[in-house]
Amino acid sequence: MAGEAILKTPLNGWHQAHRGRLVEFGGWSMPVQYSTIIEEHQAVRQRVGLFDISHMGRLEFVGPDALAWLEKLTTNYAARLVPGQVQYSLVLTESGGILDDILVYRTGPGYSVVCNASNRIGVVEHFEANRAGLDASLVDRTFDTAMIAIQGPAALATAQRHLDAPLTDLPYYHGLPATFLGSPTSVSRTGYTGEDGFELTVPADRAVEAWEALIHAGRVFGVLPIGLGARDTLRFEAAMPLHGHEMDDTTDPYAVGLGWAVKLKKGDFLGRAAILGKKGHSTATRVGLELGGKRIARQGAEVMLGGRTVGRVTSGTFSPTLGKALAMASVEPAASAVGTALTVDVRGQVEPATVVPLPFYRRPATPA
Amino acid sequence: MDPMTLKYTPTHEWVHLDGDVATLGISRFAVDQLTDLIVIELPKLGATLTKGKPFGEVESVKAVSDLYAPISGEVVEVNNSVVKDVQILAEDPYVKGWLVKVKVADASPVAALLDHDAYQAKVADEAH
Repeated sequence: MAGEAILKTPLNGWHQAHRGRLVEFGGWSMPVQYSTIIEEHQAVRQRVGLFDISHMGRLEFVGPDALAWLEKLTTNYAARLVPGQVQYSLVLTESGGILDDILVYRTGPGYSVVCNASNRIGVVEHFEANRAGLDASLVDRTFDTAMIAIQGPAALATAQRHLDAPLTDLPYYHGLPATFLGSPTSVSRTGYTGEDGFELTVPADRAVEAWEALIHAGRVFGVLPIGLGARDTLRFEAAMPLHGHEMDDTTDPYAVGLGWAVKLKKGDFLGRAAILGKKGHSTATRVGLELGGKRIARQGAEVMLGGRTVGRVTSGTFSPTLGKALAMASVEPAASAVGTALTVDVRGQVEPATVVPLPFYRRPATPA
Repeated sequence: MDPMTLKYTPTHEWVHLDGDVATLGISRFAVDQLTDLIVIELPKLGATLTKGKPFGEVESVKAVSDLYAPISGEVVEVNNSVVKDVQILAEDPYVKGWLVKVKVADASPVAALLDHDAYQAKVADEAH
């Protein structure tokens, strides 16, 4: 990214005016926090939070072969999507590594994809490079639109306020077109926090108005704007993998516990041949670790069993909900059983760690 | 301690000199920048601090930061209440949240550190 202009979402000015601490993330200027990470984290677990996720890539697929194109380059069964449905999927390299993890939306007439900010250019180039013979095209909508996530127990009431479509019965991983304050919007029941919630895509020039309307609607519930810091601790507790941490273009889907998003029987797709033999034969598996002390084992820390290195930490933080230092790690299957006593080299100091089940946090069942 | 009378390093530690004993801590600005403090590690009694070298670390949800010794000396007292509960540091970095006291052989480097106004000017610059 060096030398390239830093990108700004339509909400960048709002973040600056509201004490957002801006950092560079995936080529974008984004708020890491407004108050404290723990306060923002608890707001989402207990009440409701708003996230500017406009930095995520939004790609629209049009043309008669849009589905065939997606089927060829993604691992999940895109053809099984019903109109309005959303699907978690992976884009693989020829050698079977994970280029990105994405959401595929069947919008009705067509399809769209949301990808990670830092991988957007790579994903677009990958699709363009593998279009031969297909009558379809890709339109990058990232800059004409903004995306806002509303997450937490009061997300439904907050999002519903100015939206003309009823959200109560919208199933998880489904979306619909709607009107928000008179603007065309698409809304889906998706998120990256482990809470109930929605993601809204609005025209870029209506982003500030939509954001402020949501802040206003959520005020009675104690809404807070949430930065990338708490976005990370929230997704971490819910054990949602993050590209660049739990996976990258050298890890196969099975080593990350994402085999469920790979449908080998759907037919050929790019990377399939390379991962065919890996199912059930991974040399690594993703586990949760609870550290003995408070020091955080961060990405790259070596994980050991009886003095032998058996893997590495992929993400580590202090869990605000559990009040403990926790980590996700990629370890040899032999070291992955729940209860296994391991050690982690935390910046030169050996700390005890125990394998614990994932996710670390699961939200309580919604009362009927 | 009165923040107005302390001396500061560009790395946000403060020093209060009383005879040949220096009390060390970190500034309110540092605490506010870190946010979400989790744990602090301090040297043991009797340990030797070397000016400019790390003498401990403070960890927040975001990151780990080294603490740099503003002066050389021998640790004669450690604030164990801050080690037990780092929130004391977050709430009161200048009084209850002091970190260590060191016996110094040569107190002269303290005079060369930033005074309150110079430090404020530096952090205002850092925070834009």
